Parts: sequence; C-alpha cells; structure tokens
Amino acid sequence: MFVILAVVIMLSSVATVVTKSIIRAATYLLFVLLGTAGMYFLMGYTFLGSVQVMVYAGGIIVLYVFAILLTEGAKADPALRKAKDASWGFIVSLVGFLIFLFVLLKQKLFAGLVPALGAPSEPTGTDTTSIDYIGHYMLSTGDGGYLLPFEAVSVLLLACIVAGLLIARKR
Amino acid sequence: MIQIEYILIISAVMMFAGIFGFLTRRSTLAILLSIELMLNSADLNFAVFNRMLYPNGHEGYFFAIFAIAIAAAESAIAIAIMINIYRKIKGISVDKLEKMKW
Repeated sequence: MFVILAVVIMLSSVATVVTKSIIRAATYLLFVLLGTAGMYFLMGYTFLGSVQVMVYAGGIIVLYVFAILLTEGAKADPALRKAKDASWGFIVSLVGFLIFLFVLLKQKLFAGLVPALGAPSEPTGTDTTSIDYIGHYMLSTGDGGYLLPFEAVSVLLLACIVAGLLIARKR
Repeated sequence: MIQIEYILIISAVMMFAGIFGFLTRRSTLAILLSIELMLNSADLNFAVFNRMLYPNGHEGYFFAIFAIAIAAAESAIAIAIMINIYRKIKGISVDKLEKMKW
C-alpha cells in the first residue's frame, strides 16, 4: 500500500509540473493530494487525512478548476518557458534534490532514534490524535492548547472571504 | 516497515517538483498549483515528524491542520486576484504582467 501511494504521489507530482495543459495539471495535483491523504491514513492520522480530502481535494481543486475555466480554459498555451529557462529551473531543482538526498542518506540523522512505522513500539498511553483530544486541544488555553491560533485562523478566513469578494467583484 | 527516510524522500520529490514548476511555468495559475505542491510537502513533513519522532505529541499535527487552513485562504485570495487580472488584461501569463514589475 505504501509503495503504491509513493509511486502515485511521485509520478503525479512530476506530471503536475511538466504537463502542458493547466487543467491536466490540476487533475494530477488532485491525485497528489489524495495520495497524501492516504499517507496520513496510513500513519494513523485519520482526522488529518479527512481534512486533507475535504479541504484540499474537495475545496481547493474545485476552486482551481473553476478559475482555470473562468480565465484561460483548457486551451493549450505555451505553458512552459523557453528551453533555456526551463533547463535552469531543472538544474536548480535537481541539484537541490541531490543535495537533500546526499545529506539524508549520508548523515543518518535518524539512526537509532526512530522506530519504523508498523514496528511494535506504537504510541503508549493516551492517543493524543483521536478526535476528542483534537477538540480539547483546539479550544484549550492551557498547556498544549491552540485556542489563539484557532481564533486567528477564523479571523483570517473571515478577512479572506471579505477580501475575495472585494477583489473579484464587478466594477 | 516504513522508515522515516522514505516519506521524507517522497515529500522532497514533491517539494522540488513544486520548485521546478514555480521557476518554469508561465501561467500564474500553474505557478499557484506548484505552490500548493510545496505546501503539501511541508504538511506531510509536519505529520511524519510528529508521528515518528514524537508519537505522543500533537504539535506537528496541529501545525499541519493550520497550514491546510492557511493554504486554502491563500489560494482563494490568489484566485480572486487572477480573475481580476484576467478581466483587465485578458490573460494571466506572467509575460503580460508587467505593470507592477518595478
């Protein structure tokens, strides 16, 4: 299952950035987001996975598809830059990825520090990511509480609604 | 048996695919899609560090949830701006957007 999800995520994320049509890129991005949600489910984070499916896959992708159809549509534009610029971007990202791989595999940062997922050492004690704990932490001001970010995000979403209406209205 | 390195490599592939798209695409909506890729890889990293390194904590989990909320707000505003730009100059390619360049 993990291997399937990994292959889907990696191939779709590369296909998102190399395909010519924007609407196809949005579809590949949908597969990436669903694969990431599956990865959350695999880690046991069911609430995070459902939030990912609802907000990202259900909300943001639909918004993107609407925006694409409202602006340029599915017509194939010269989406990629000239070969020279594209090769520069390719070199930069490839070099960054290789440096990351080198550091990760050479330094053995997590050797002996983490048990692998699926190993017998599951979290002991209370499971702090079950949904009643999430609600408790989300609205508590005590130790490990997230009431202030919660309120800040709600104000941010309200400002976002107002600003979206204000920017995109007809004059 | 899933090691932490495997998931980190997956999210690095997503991140650098996003960087490549951000540097090379022309349409601003495609650039926004690349930004979503990068944000998503950061969310995956938050979740996996929380799950693997601190299995009894919940900080990375909440950071991922708030990052998803902020990504939704960001993309909504950006799409409103794109639609406004499209009404003005009939195109959203970055080659045509030169009014605010300097």
